[in-house]
Amino acid sequence: MDYEAQIKKNQFRTEEYKINMGPQHPATHGVLRLNLTIDGEIIKRVEPDLGYIHRGIEKMCEYDSYPQIIHLTDRMDYLSSHNNNEAVALAIEKALEIEVSDRVKYIRTIVGELTRLASHQLWWGVMGMDLGALTSYFYGFRDREVINDIFEETCGARLTMNYSIPGGIRYDIHKNFVQRVKDFIVHFRSKLPEYDQLLTGNIIFEKRMKGVGILSKEDAISYGVSGPVARASGVKSDIRKIKPYSAFAVQDIDFKEPIYTEGDAYSRYKVRIDEMWESMRIIEQLVDNIPEGNIKEPTKAVIKLPKGEFYQRVETARGELGVYINSDGKKSPYRMKFRSPGFSNLSALEDMAVGSKLGDLVAMMATLDLVVPDIDR
Amino acid sequence: MTNQQLQDLINPWFENLAFTEEATEFLTVTVPKEKLHDLAEKLKSNSKTQFDYLFCETGMDWGEELGVIYHLRSTTHGHEMVVKVTTKDRTTANLDTVCDIWKTAELHEREIHDLFGIKFNNHPNMEVLILPPNWDGYPLRKDYVDEVNMIIR
Repeated sequence: MDYEAQIKKNQFRTEEYKINMGPQHPATHGVLRLNLTIDGEIIKRVEPDLGYIHRGIEKMCEYDSYPQIIHLTDRMDYLSSHNNNEAVALAIEKALEIEVSDRVKYIRTIVGELTRLASHQLWWGVMGMDLGALTSYFYGFRDREVINDIFEETCGARLTMNYSIPGGIRYDIHKNFVQRVKDFIVHFRSKLPEYDQLLTGNIIFEKRMKGVGILSKEDAISYGVSGPVARASGVKSDIRKIKPYSAFAVQDIDFKEPIYTEGDAYSRYKVRIDEMWESMRIIEQLVDNIPEGNIKEPTKAVIKLPKGEFYQRVETARGELGVYINSDGKKSPYRMKFRSPGFSNLSALEDMAVGSKLGDLVAMMATLDLVVPDIDR
Repeated sequence: MTNQQLQDLINPWFENLAFTEEATEFLTVTVPKEKLHDLAEKLKSNSKTQFDYLFCETGMDWGEELGVIYHLRSTTHGHEMVVKVTTKDRTTANLDTVCDIWKTAELHEREIHDLFGIKFNNHPNMEVLILPPNWDGYPLRKDYVDEVNMIIR
């Protein structure tokens, strides 16, 4: 019996009321606040209230030099920190017309794909935890630790790497890098099927995910969603295919863009699992033939971009990150805008959630993979 | 479509469209603010352009003028372009909303409203999104001064 009929039969008088989810809610993974209007358990409205971690990064950029800006960007989406750094570095290189060596491009792409893997591993772990399956959390973090160790050795940091700089990368890769990446791939190829065994085929898990939070293809386009959320709704949106950058522009790398058409939480989950396999394939094709070359092209001590507008996109673990630089020829940008994937993806949440039950909202938020500092900036 | 073909197609639609490709990779059109909504609607509905994906909406303060920059892509044709709109009115700045055309604009316009003080006409919910409700001033404007919280070198 459906909800409305049940109310009629039992002669309940229901009324709408507001509850507050967050900013300190474990399922929001950060300080996101949602003002919910609910009737019983049915969601009537979702109003996000942002700004709890708004640091004014765009304003700070207007007073910082370009190399300094790089350090701010990995504080946005801290799980895709390398991709964020790369986006700004590529934008600056585009403006200065610097062509970096193939070595830099290959290393950037390998580190970028490792970042994506680490982000998806963390997402998979905490998503299981959100839905009440704590085991996945330990599996995800166990494998992510291996990647973080590789980063620590080569980049000097585990989370906020600051590895890409305008004109190249900060240091050459560590002598163990190639071997450790290969070891990791062997390790993770044997561990990723465990992820499937634990959750993907689990009947309880499937019941919580299938048919939940459906986003149609038309709405996905209209809401400007990108990344795995768009691909789960059947929208091809991979920047690595649309506007190839770094090693994707040098070598014809063989990888698939996983596309599902259901648009529900389960297909968003499947897209990310597939992406992990594809990321490993990309790394395997690159890691053995990193060419020799300079790790940094010379830049002036004070970097000044020519007048004009520059736009650069990269595919982070969450989707399309756009960096818009409006330069007036000085050492700081006149205006800097980050088109963060999380902000646009969040705009689709209300559309997904209205009419479904409160418990399903957690599954929707988990599969949107929101990172709140990325939304607030 | 190439940028030139796009320009030839769109130019006759309205008067006073200013095209430029200077110092940017996109075809950029500046539209008078009264025509913004009509142009946006036509850019999306015309079968040859079909700009259905608003991937970036940026508030701008050019000093004398405030404005918004729209980055558009067509998911069917793959071409891209930029639409700019400006207003000289800094005290009661207002522009037409495009959130009935691209739904993602609803949240982007609320952010721009907070940080630039541009009001969007016909927007369903123009309340503060990012700033605290009693915040004074528009932080991303160039003339904004906050001696306590801003570090100016």
